[in-house]
Amino acid sequence: MKFDMPATTNPIDQLKVIGKATERIDGPLKTTGTAPYAYERHDVAVNQAYGYIVGAAVAKGRIESMDLTAAKAAPGVIAIVTAENAGQLDKGNLNTAKLLGGPAVDHYHQAIALVVAETFEQARSAAHLIHVDYERAKGAFDLAIAKNSSTPPKPGFGGPPDSAVGDFVGAFESAPFQFDATYTTPDQSHAMMEPHASIAAWNGDKLTVWTSNQMIAWSVGDMAKTLGIPKENVRLISPYVGGGFGGKLFLRADALLAALGARAANRPVKVALQRALMMNNTTHRPATIQRLRLGATKEGKLTAIAHESWSGDLPGGSPETAVSQTRLLYAGANRMTAMRLAVLDLPEGNAMRAPGEAPGMMALEIAMDEMAEKLGLDPIEFRILNDTQVAPDNPAKPPSSDPQSKAPEEKHYPHPPFSQRRLTECFRTGAERFGWNKRNPVPGKSREGHWLMGIGVAAAFRNNLVMKSAARVRLDNKGVVTVETDMTDIGTGSYTIIAQTAAEMMGVALHQVVVRLGDSDFPVSCGSGGQWGGNSSTSGVYAACMKLREAVAQKLGFDSTKAVFADGQVRDGGRSTPLAQAAGESGLVMEDAMEYGDLDKKYQQSTFGAHFVEVAVHASTGETRVRRMLAVCAAGRILNPKSARSQVIGAMTMGMGAALMEELTVDKRHGFFVNHDLAGYEVPVHADVPHQEVIFLDETDPISSPMKAKGVGELGICGVAAAIANAIYNATGVRVRDYPITLDKLIDRLPEVA
Amino acid sequence: MHNPENAESPRGATDLTRREFLIAGTATVALTGCMGLGTKSATEMKPQQAAATRVSFHVNGKPCQLELDNRTTLLDALRERLHLTGSKKGCDQGQCGACTVMVGDRRVVSCLTLAVMHEGSLITTIEGLGTPEHLHPMQTAFVKHDGYQCGYCTPGQICSAVAMLREIKAGMPSHVTSDLTAQPKLTADELRERMSGNICRCGAYSNIAEAITEIAGRTA
Ligand code: FES
Ligand code: FES
Repeated sequence: MKFDMPATTNPIDQLKVIGKATERIDGPLKTTGTAPYAYERHDVAVNQAYGYIVGAAVAKGRIESMDLTAAKAAPGVIAIVTAENAGQLDKGNLNTAKLLGGPAVDHYHQAIALVVAETFEQARSAAHLIHVDYERAKGAFDLAIAKNSSTPPKPGFGGPPDSAVGDFVGAFESAPFQFDATYTTPDQSHAMMEPHASIAAWNGDKLTVWTSNQMIAWSVGDMAKTLGIPKENVRLISPYVGGGFGGKLFLRADALLAALGARAANRPVKVALQRALMMNNTTHRPATIQRLRLGATKEGKLTAIAHESWSGDLPGGSPETAVSQTRLLYAGANRMTAMRLAVLDLPEGNAMRAPGEAPGMMALEIAMDEMAEKLGLDPIEFRILNDTQVAPDNPAKPPSSDPQSKAPEEKHYPHPPFSQRRLTECFRTGAERFGWNKRNPVPGKSREGHWLMGIGVAAAFRNNLVMKSAARVRLDNKGVVTVETDMTDIGTGSYTIIAQTAAEMMGVALHQVVVRLGDSDFPVSCGSGGQWGGNSSTSGVYAACMKLREAVAQKLGFDSTKAVFADGQVRDGGRSTPLAQAAGESGLVMEDAMEYGDLDKKYQQSTFGAHFVEVAVHASTGETRVRRMLAVCAAGRILNPKSARSQVIGAMTMGMGAALMEELTVDKRHGFFVNHDLAGYEVPVHADVPHQEVIFLDETDPISSPMKAKGVGELGICGVAAAIANAIYNATGVRVRDYPITLDKLIDRLPEVA
Repeated sequence: MHNPENAESPRGATDLTRREFLIAGTATVALTGCMGLGTKSATEMKPQQAAATRVSFHVNGKPCQLELDNRTTLLDALRERLHLTGSKKGCDQGQCGACTVMVGDRRVVSCLTLAVMHEGSLITTIEGLGTPEHLHPMQTAFVKHDGYQCGYCTPGQICSAVAMLREIKAGMPSHVTSDLTAQPKLTADELRERMSGNICRCGAYSNIAEAITEIAGRTA
């Protein structure tokens, strides 16, 4: 089914199931510990052996020698996989660095060996007996230095590296109010709770991997490519994913090494990446240096906007696209953006929740706060004054935003209108609910005992992407509808919204729907990423259900355009038949995909919001506590308000981490992230997080899809950190432009304690 | 890198002991396992030439006897030997709380304690609280308040929450308890402080707090 015209009224609009706050259908399994995650599949293959990964101890260089003698002789050891004995290996399309290093080492903790043994304890113990001599090479580890040799990256997900509208330089120079500041965001880690884990089993030349992965089809492709075997011989199964946030978008070392280990050991092998390896072995959100320049009239109209961003990655890698939102968020006739990419020999940088916008908004939305103050304007009014209903700067996109697509470039629209844009309403609604008018605009003036109190605001913005997604639906003779798609549920609530969609479409109760996800034997979905999963995967289910409805109607001799599916019955005029009966003994199966025309080119599809935060900063120690948080979101139809709200509060929590504590500390001499575990890399815990409130504006977006929905999972993180930074400024009068805002950056600049 | 093997005392001195352990272990193979729990036979999983010990404890009310490599954590004994995979391994370093189980009434991060240290312990895992068909009230509350997303921290959060309420009842103070001699109350601060050993990277904290508060109100 192709979606190339705005949606009209369709069965989803009945809203009998869709749009209702619904408990997750996988809840009873997850809360009882019976949802099986990858490493836990004792049931799927007998005689599983244990693999333990050895990570490189240098950031860059060569393995001169690797002595496996002691490890091989250690109790229980079955096999040891290294690059030397693994046979010819290619590299996945979506991997920047090889997943099994050696003799060349590309980054610290790159996997260089897998020890396979009878037990975990034996594998771990033997892994420590491997002796490796390295020849250490010089590497670039400091972005501030590497920045000077950075170059324009290839166009990618975030569009071309440069864009320009009007005459920025001229407009900026002549602007009565100018602002120019540089911000930094650090390297961050996904730090999902479930480590990357896989069990691999070979049956002849066929490989099955039970794994934890967001994008099944991408990773089937890259597993096949890496091993040099046909795609048809690879099956990935990933029904439960213990968090991803972008860290499980790709094939990673656990899966590849489990496959290689299983081949070497001639039996199934299970591998979980050790927590202490995760942060250097896998991908991370790259650090950025961002310069913002704003020029405005004395009334507060932006006339000039420039956003430049520098980030680094391994050779062949990609930039953190931190300027993306600045092309779209505020009006302004003269503007430019630029991204530059430096070569760094740190671990691979890649997508983490809202790549581009999350760090980009961290800088832009402080700059807007600073500019508002300079202009003597309320920060909300300043933003509303510069609202726009058309995309101000929409440079021609590269041929396709899908890295695996070869589709030709389509017509370019330089200033498409937004399909929906209710940013102003988000601010107004939030201001009223949060008590914005109680905020003292003069910083450092509100006290509660030892605490300096402050309120801050920031816009939330994240693009809405639509992706082709397929599903198969089966109706059996009991009236049970089974949906199969390789879509994943990484905590996003896919199981439930897919069940809701099928229930709504087929007119059955939620408990009459069975959802099976995350298996490459199922039709290829959009996968979980870029906050496109909810809208796109349910649209695929919509397409398949449409076909099934037609098949049912046809079988009954009903007019498919008039047939009503409700309460487990199909009705046409005066005739009514139970769905179960219509399916017949053999049942009915239909499969379809939703594909998209150019509505996402003719219209700019984005999601909007406003974050409000109240903080208390200790007047003596500079410790920041977040007291209240509110997000107001305008993101199309909310399919399941319960899980959507959870997505947003989770994103707000991660944004709080970015504001206050998250930073992978780079050892600039040896080139690795020092704090590579959950003790050193701090993330928010219960004690950090207050009650969080979320408001969804009542909205549908018929331009987006037949579901009229968009994404929220990433919108929720965009802008939170800046809102906190702005609240800290409001509390203390101290402006910190280098994240995270830890107390050492405040303490010597706090107002005198009275 | 820290090497547990090299850290052991010189070879020879301990070898005999190891062999003795093994002989003792082999003789009792037929007896090991866990009543009523699906488990691999000890022969299938028996570690070779490593110090092994026979240990007996109760898991979810059922007596278990296992012969274990001494290095086996309680978490791995549960997950890999008894196939009770509800307890999660998030870090294996005592940093995340995903592996939280109850030993007696106390919360324990099971990755940070060796199984052989639990002779005679009464261990309760998430599987011992409820089943999908018969949820424990805390599990029901987590579903109702959407106190989870990916679900990976969830069993640990729930075990921790159940034991935490018992700790408060037993009068155990926390870091934020102002009066150490008074009976602590389940304020929002107390709850958040006491649950802070359980990380939820999905960020379900606000909902988890609501779920626990509902149950605490009911049992108070
Ligand atoms: S697995 Fe035990 S605390 Fe993380
Ligand atoms: S639910 Fe995913 S970590 Fe808590």
